[in-house]
Order: sequence, then structure tokens, then C-alpha cells
Amino acid sequence: MHTSEVINTGFAFLSPGLILAPVIGLIINALFGRQRGENFTGMVASFAVGVAFIISILLTYTVAVNHGAVIHWTIAEWIHVGNLKLDWALRLDSLSTTMMLVVSGVGLLIHIYAIGYMHEDVRFKHQEHRFNNFFIYLNLFIASMMILVSGDSYLVLFVGWEGVGLCSFLLIGFWYEMDTLAQPSWANSDAAKKAFVTNRVGDFGFLIAGFLMFWYLGSVQFDAVFQAAPAIAHTQPWVIIAITLFMLVGVAGKSAQIPLFVWLPDAMAGPTPVSALIHAATMVTAGVYLITRSAPVYALVHNAQYIVALVGAITALFAATIAVGQYDIKRVLAYSTISQLGFMVAAVGMGGYVAGMFHLITHAFFKALLFLSAGSVILGLERGHHHSAHDHHHGHHDKPNNHGHHHDDNQAHGEEVFDPGDMRNMGGIWRTMPITFVLYIIGTLALAGIFPFAGFWSKDEILLDASRHFPLIYGILSAAAFLTAFYMGRQIWMVFFGEARTDAAKHAQESPLIMTAPLMILAILSFAGGALNLPFAGYHTLGHWLEYTLGHVEALPLNLQVAGISSALAITAIVTSWILYGLKPLQPNQIDPLKQPLGAIFSGMEGKWFIDEIYDTLILTPFKNLALFLSEVIDWRFWHDFMHDSVVVKTYHWLGDTVFSTYADRKGIDAFFNSWGSESARLSAVVCKTQNGLVRSYALAILLGFVIMLSYLGYTTIH
Amino acid sequence: MEFILQPLTLLTFFPLLGVITIFFIKEEQKDTIRLVAMITSLITFAISLWVFALFDTTNPNLQLEAKYSWIQIANWNIYYYLATDGLSILLVLLTTFLTPISILSTWTAINDRVKDFMVFFLLLEVNMNGVFLAQDLFLFYMFWELTLVPMYFIIGLWGGPRRIYAAIKMFLYTMVGSILMLIAIIYLGIKTGTLNVPEMLLKLPELYKTGAIPLDIQMWLFLAFTLAFAIKVPMWPLHSWLPDAHVEAPTAGSVILAGVLLKMGTYGFIRFNLPLFPDATIQAAPWMALLSTIGIVYGAWVSYAQADVKKLVAYSSVSHLGFVMLGLFALNPQGVIGGILQMINHGISTSALFLLVGMIYEQTHTREIKVYGGLWSIMPIFGTIMLISALSSMGLPGLNGFVGEFIILLGAFGSTAIGNPWYAGISALGVIMAAIYILYMFQRVFLGPAGEITHHHQLRDLNQREIGIMLPLIILMFWIGLYPKPFLDILAPAVTKLLAGLPL
Repeated sequence: MHTSEVINTGFAFLSPGLILAPVIGLIINALFGRQRGENFTGMVASFAVGVAFIISILLTYTVAVNHGAVIHWTIAEWIHVGNLKLDWALRLDSLSTTMMLVVSGVGLLIHIYAIGYMHEDVRFKHQEHRFNNFFIYLNLFIASMMILVSGDSYLVLFVGWEGVGLCSFLLIGFWYEMDTLAQPSWANSDAAKKAFVTNRVGDFGFLIAGFLMFWYLGSVQFDAVFQAAPAIAHTQPWVIIAITLFMLVGVAGKSAQIPLFVWLPDAMAGPTPVSALIHAATMVTAGVYLITRSAPVYALVHNAQYIVALVGAITALFAATIAVGQYDIKRVLAYSTISQLGFMVAAVGMGGYVAGMFHLITHAFFKALLFLSAGSVILGLERGHHHSAHDHHHGHHDKPNNHGHHHDDNQAHGEEVFDPGDMRNMGGIWRTMPITFVLYIIGTLALAGIFPFAGFWSKDEILLDASRHFPLIYGILSAAAFLTAFYMGRQIWMVFFGEARTDAAKHAQESPLIMTAPLMILAILSFAGGALNLPFAGYHTLGHWLEYTLGHVEALPLNLQVAGISSALAITAIVTSWILYGLKPLQPNQIDPLKQPLGAIFSGMEGKWFIDEIYDTLILTPFKNLALFLSEVIDWRFWHDFMHDSVVVKTYHWLGDTVFSTYADRKGIDAFFNSWGSESARLSAVVCKTQNGLVRSYALAILLGFVIMLSYLGYTTIH
Repeated sequence: MEFILQPLTLLTFFPLLGVITIFFIKEEQKDTIRLVAMITSLITFAISLWVFALFDTTNPNLQLEAKYSWIQIANWNIYYYLATDGLSILLVLLTTFLTPISILSTWTAINDRVKDFMVFFLLLEVNMNGVFLAQDLFLFYMFWELTLVPMYFIIGLWGGPRRIYAAIKMFLYTMVGSILMLIAIIYLGIKTGTLNVPEMLLKLPELYKTGAIPLDIQMWLFLAFTLAFAIKVPMWPLHSWLPDAHVEAPTAGSVILAGVLLKMGTYGFIRFNLPLFPDATIQAAPWMALLSTIGIVYGAWVSYAQADVKKLVAYSSVSHLGFVMLGLFALNPQGVIGGILQMINHGISTSALFLLVGMIYEQTHTREIKVYGGLWSIMPIFGTIMLISALSSMGLPGLNGFVGEFIILLGAFGSTAIGNPWYAGISALGVIMAAIYILYMFQRVFLGPAGEITHHHQLRDLNQREIGIMLPLIILMFWIGLYPKPFLDILAPAVTKLLAGLPL
């Protein structure tokens, strides 16, 4: 860190704009969006993110001309209590600006795509007025994400961290009154709640880590923590281990790692742009960012680092196995995301921060591409479904579709629930949706790690790091990489090849340009994104850029052995998937060809290893039952009824009747204690007969008392 | 005149003017009565702002004193003594702020005996302000007990079906707790020869040092005060009057009960227990932290099992007030400042929740969670305001609840008085549990498919009056969440002084 240089703060004064621009966007939309219509809403929201993107570029430039010197930009004082001094302060360095670029860049593309996507989605669901809400939430998300990546302390980061959790909740539950098939249900809102609560479990870990930092390291501000940590690591190493592991709990929640990954697959209930932006490209990578940001702390405790790496690697493999057994196009991608996040977490756990960040960036490109293309496929099928339903409805009147009639059609066919996301309902779509097909293939090749697509370079860097010092993790990740190529191959064959298995697939329609154009940009990035950090001398661009923040990073040259093995694995996996799903395309109602040979193992993959059920039995049900027990038995019957009615009231009576009567004037005491019984009768009499005078006399008595008191005091002060 | 124009005297007793005016208005002229009450409470609020303008935030001591010798019995001198400092000024502002909001919320909800209702409500305001301002134990005790009478009638006359039971239960619990406090007050008066708190604080250290009041007696005095305050808070396991009182009370009653009356308990601890019984406070801190922690987890857990929205919010108060108590007995700046700030926060968020529950109840006459569902699409403004209030209540960063809860937990985690981080650690689980019960409530009422009520009722979204009631609360939620500095600045000097008096 070049703090000795004179820092040119350049465009740093614009940094609050990162947050303000989307906030202003959402305020404008909240106030005027609904009257002004969809184009206005979409434009305002996208423009706001565009402004954030431009600011990100300018800030990156500023950091670059300062040779990576950190700029702290304080906006206002926040919480100053005792020796806790927290400000609304932003931090500009090569790591945070990189994240800003990813968030606002990918965010901008997805905003534009969403204008087209949501236009149709709200119409399929007959909720046109919600279009505006969607973009309000999306802008709120960008603002929160910007706080997350630009915060200069763990607590400001945490504000964004929980903010994106809220947006995730709102957007997963965007269609809150239905399930993913648009049937009335609690499913989507359950998914939203699950995401928020699971994330809060992670946040609990984050908070505890924060408390430990404050009390043992004296601050929660990044630089102060990094400065104090080495000394404590010497004297009380357990503190640093506890901090890093509690932080890992937070990471597991946000980045969907074992054991807190369960919310992410359900999060696919949100509209597809949400899955792409929040649940693939940006929010879920926050955990990876957090560990990278905390690199100086993690570097002090190798055991904790290894645990991080192991959690990541196991998650990568575990989620990949589940992805193999899924039929929903988005669910496959969801488990794939968990798996890829596992790769990133493993990378940063091994100390391969550049590799982790590199994969984070390329993954943002190709996974956003895949999700959005999947959205295009789903809408294409939905259009096809409406088209064929329309034909069916009107007999042989083969007129072109009239959008205005969709409402009636859908209701007429309300009883047959069609799932446009089920890959078993697809097949042969390459013919009807050629653009989407090509885009999807590019995304798939990038994800599978095929040379020279972006994923090849970034995944290889992770594998290379692993192969040098961590044989176990290398083995696990290689297996996961194999499965990645396999399940993506399976998906491609099932979705795009063979014959259409439903009418909807047969009549699928390509998406409009407003949706495909952003995808083309993402496709280019997915193809060429590897150029960010090519493993050749003189390149390593990203690595050198991040060195400003991370300190010296060892730049490894391309290792042909590692690259060769991983490429061979990927190609073998794709060929295997071709043999199973491409050679003999799936027929309607045919069971998965893997089911026979794998038997129970496939059932496990299909059933997501029953983790949800296990959590339900072990945690959720006991929690609910205990809540009911506490509420009804302990609180109500014991504290409320027994303690009160039996113990307290009877004691009154006993005191009144026996003890006091022997010592004191029975009449007076009785009057007081029996009032317990008779007071209620008297009061109800008061209420029933509405004897205003009696009640009012109490009020009058108090009033008179005060008046007399005040008059007396006023009188005495005069004399 | 000079006496009456004392800022604090004027502030406290101004609502009496409204009471007298209302006495002369005919029962039938309901709107006039409402208007008079509303204007009275607004002027009172304005007076409190004036008081705040006179208040010096950098001064840790009692200010704006109104002190007169009042009653002389033997060699005792009972004072009429009102004063404020950083510990109480925010609570006074909270009281004068919530009173007009509550009155406005009754505009259409209270139609029977409006005259009596407003009279009691304004009398309640007098006593609440009195409690927060009194610096003489006799005067304090008088106001403390007198808050019960109006509240008793508000629940007992305008409450739900089991209102009589609830009103009497509240009355008795509080009375019994207070009787022991009265005994302790008398004992203190005899030993120190004064009931004037600042004077008492000068004399007590000597009495403690010489053993004139031995430590075990100090402990008993502490416990007597604690019982009175803990019932009011309410701390677990003395909370069983609260769900009854809340469920039966009319909306405005619940707002004041949760927003202000419960704070009288927590305020009692910082105003009296901590400075008067410093050694006992230190000894009791771990035990108070234990009870608070149980309250936090227990309250949140029980909340989750409730079928009635109002009861859910009522139990959530047990959990939230647990946070306040945990902070106060952390006995470090973060804990105590967080605790007081959280009193304000709870007053804002929980009042908002009770007001919102009242608004929907006015339309549907049911509070059962299971008959709702899908309400958001029918009542978007209502849903959005509820969401913000719910998030504030569950401590989302950027809103008020987080600032309070975070510094409380931070303080408790490293508190030397509590002695171990486990209580804070377990209490932090309350953050997860708050998300569980709040989101459960929000989901079941506002999300999902339309429920019975949502289907069959012709529901309207909030009207302008209702939005006007909520808006100030929402603004405060953001203000304290984003820029709590003005509030923290008020608290810091007084809390520093308070903690300096403890033998830590």
C-alpha cells in the first residue's frame, strides 16, 4: 500500500453517488413510476444503474492513477458511543472498485434485460401494476450492494449485507401469492422467508465476529482490524480463529455454502433477472468478497483457512451432485451456482484470492448469461404454451397471436398446469430459439471450463492453486468440475436437442432484442473474460490490479498438466452426457436414463439428498413445537393461569382472610383484599350502567388533586 | 405565574388545561372534544420542543429545575422537584410525541364516551411526564401510582371482551410491586432524612461506607425497587399481565402502554437503581443479564406461536425490553446508551406496529393471523408501512432498531459487569428469532394467496389521516437508523456521569 504518496482523490467525491443514484432512481419510480408507465420506469431504473456504472469506472480510474492507494471517503458520522467510532465511510481501492464494476456493469445489463422480461412476465400473471415495484426493488438492491462493496468497516459492509438480504426477500417473494407455476400458494413467500431467515443465521455469525473484533482488536474498521490482528494472533490465537470461523458462518449464509445453502435453490422462485443478478452474479458472491477483504486476518490462521477451503470444496462437489438430478432448468443452474461459489470459497480459503476473485468475475458473466438465457427459454416456452393453448381454444382458426386475448385463454386453461421451466417439457428448442441457443452454448462452455472460454482460465487458476499444496481439495474440486461439465451437457441435450416433447416446446418463440442484446454482451464477456487475467508473463492483469489491495500475489504461469487434466475431464463429461442424453434423446414421460444405473444414488441427487427434510425434522419442527409448548403450556397455563389465578390470587385471599384478620382491623383489610373479587363486579356495573358520574369522579379527583397541589405550590412560592 | 411558567411545570401540567376545557364541553360534541384533546397534546408537544431547545445537551447534570419545598413532616422536607437530564429528556419527548399520535388514532376507533376517554388520556400524559421528570421520591411515587388509574380505565372501559380481568390484573401487579418500593422509599427517607434524590445521592455513599446501611440491606432495597420496575418493564417471568393488557386495551392504550408505560420501568432502573444502590447493582448485573437473556429468547419464541397479531407484538415487547435491560446492566457506555436508545426505538417501532394492527382491526374486527393473507396487493400502502415497521422492529441495519440492538449486544458482549460474553451471544440469537416471528407475521398477513378476510371484506387502503399518523414514526425510524448522532449526543454526557458513579 502506497500510503506515503500524495493521494489524488480525483473522482472520489463521486463515490456517494454509487448509492445515491439508485436510491434517487427508486424514489422517482416510487413517486411517479406507476403513472408514467413501463418505459419510464425501466429507463429511470436503468439510467440510475448506468450512472453508478460510470461512477465506478471513474473511481477505478482514480484508484489506478494513485497506484492503488486506498482512499477513505467519509460521508457522515454514524454511531459514536464510548470508544466505538463508526462512520458512514467508503473505501476505494482496487478490490472494492472491481466489485463496483461487476455489480453495476452486470446490474445494468440485467436491468435492461428485465425491461423486456418483466413486460411479459407481469402480463402472464395479470399483474401489470407490479412492473414498477420490480424496478424499485432492483434499484434498492444495487444501492445495498454498493454499500456492501464500498463500506470501509465491517459494520457498514453489514448494512449492505443485510440490505441485499432484504431485497432478496422482496424479489424472491415478488410473486408472493403464487408458486413457480403461478398457482395460488404460499410457496414463493415461503421461499422468500426461508432466504431471509437463513441469511439471518449467517448474520448472527457475522455479528459475533464483529463483537470479537471490537473487544479484542479495538475496532471494526478494516485498516484498524488488520493492523491489530497480528499481535493478537500471537498472544491469543483463538480470538482470530473465532473471528474467522464466525465470519465463515456469515459467508455460508450469504454465499450459500454448507450448511446454510438450502435457501438458494428455493430462491429461484424470484423472476429470472433476479436469479441472474442477485442469486448468481452479485449478492451471493458477497461472502467471497468478505473473505478476500479479510485476507490479512485469514492469513494469520492457517487452520481456519483450511476449514474455509474444505467447506467450499465440499459444497462445490455436493451441490454439483444435486444439479445432476434436477429437471428444472433454473434449479440446475441454482445448484450449479452453489457449486461454483464453493469453488470460489475454496479458492479464497486456500489463499488464492486472485483466483477466487477472477472466478467471481467470470462466473458473474457466464452465470448471468445462463440464467437470463434460461429465462428467455422459459418465456419462449410460455409464449409457445399460450400460442398452442390459443390454437386449441379456437379450434382451427389459425390466427396469429393476439396478446390481448391471453387473459381469457389462460383462465380457460387454468386447470392444466404447465411448467415452462421443466426440462422434460422442452426438447429441440434450438430450432425455434436459435439466438438463445447459441448464447446458452457459450455460457455452458464457459461454465464447463472449455478452452478458451472465460471459465477455463478462472477455474484452472483455482485448480492450479489447489494442486500445489492441497491435494484433497484438488481432488474434490476436480470431481466437481467433472460433474459441472456433465450436468451442463445433460441440460443442453435435454433442452435444445432431440424432438420437442410438448406443444409449447414446439411452438416456442424467440425473445425480443431488448432481452437478447444484453445477453450478447454477456456472451462476449463469457467468451473473452479470461483475458482479464491470462496466466502468461506480462499479463496477470487482474492479479496485479488486486495486488494493490492484497499485497504481493504469486503469479503462476499456465500449468499444462493441470489444464490438460481439467480439460480432459470436462470433455469426457460432455461426451458422457451426450451418450446418455444426446444419442437417444429423452422421450415424453421417459424416466431419466441415469435412474436405472445409479438407483438410490440418483434418487438422492433427485431428492437433493433430503437436506430440506432433515432440517425440517431436526430443526424446524422442534423449533415450532417448542414455541407452541412454551406459549401454551409454560407461558399460558403455568405463568398466566396457574401462577396468577392459583398462586397470586389465592395468596391474596389467604393473606386477607387469615393473616391480616388476626392482626389488623378486619374491615379495612377486607375492603382492600376482597376488592379483588368484588372490584370486577363493581367495574362491570359501572360499565354496564354507564354511570358516567362514578367514573368521572375518579378523573375529577385526580384533576382536583393536581389543581390543589399546584395552587398551593404557586401560593407558597409567591409568599 | 412564575411558578406555573417554569418550563417543566408547564410541560407536565399543560394537559390539565385540556382536561378542564373538555369538562365543559357537552358529551355529544365528540369532534370538538377530540379536537381539544388533539390541540392540547400538540401544544404540549410544542412545549416539550421548547424545553428541548432550552436543554443543554453537553451538560450531564439535572437541568431546568423547578424545585419548591412542598410538605414538611417532622424534619422531612418533601419537595415539588422537577428536572431533566440526558437520561430522561428523550423519554419526555417520546411521551409528548406519542400522545397526539395516539389521540389521532382514536378519531374513528373510539366512539363511546369520548369525553371520558380524552380526559383520562390527557391525565395519563400528565402523570407520565411527571414520572420522567420528578426528582423527589415522594413526587415520583405519586405520579407512578397515578398513571395506573387512567390506564386502568382506558383498558377497563374501552377494551376488548376480557378488559375487566386485564385491567385489574395490570393494576394489581403494578400495585403489589410498588408497595415494596414504597417501603424501601420510606426506609431510605428515614436513613438519609430526605426524599430528594440528588440530596440523597450526596448522603448515601457515607452511609454505605460507614455501614449505616449494610450491603445486604442495600441489596434488599435494590430488590424492592427492582420488583416494582421489573413488573412494569416487564422482565421475565413477571410479564404475564402484559399480553392480557395489550390484547384487551384499545389501540391508543396499547401504544401508550408499550411506547411509554413500559419505559417507566426501564427508566426507573437507570434513574434510581443504578445511582442509589451502586454496589447492589454491580452484584446483581450478571443476574439481571441472565433474566434479560431469558426474556429475549423466551419472548421471541413465544411470539412465534401466537395466533393473534396483537399478542404477537405484545410478546415481542418482552423480547425487546429484554434487550434494553441487557444493555442497561452491561454498565458500560455502549450498553447503557444502547439501552436508552432502544427504549426510544421500541417506543417508535412497537407503537407503529400496534397502530397498524389497530387500523386493520377497525376494518375487519379480527386480529387472527390465519384469516388474513395476500393483503399487500389490496392494501399496498398499509403493507409497505407495515413492512418498514416490521423491519425496524427486527433490527434491519439502516433503521432505528439496529443501532440500539447492535450497541447493546456489543456492550453486553464485553461487559465486565456481566462478566462473560455468553449472554450477549445467546441474546444475539434473538436477532434470528425476531426475523422468524416478524417475517412469519408479515408473510401470513400480507403475502401468500388471499385469505378469508382478504376475500370477503371490502378493504380500503390507509386514508390520509392514517398515513399522517404513521409518517412521523417512519421518518424517525430512518433518522435514528441512519443518523443517530443527535440522539447519542444527548445520552452520552449523562450516561458517562451515571457510570462514573458506579464502583466498577
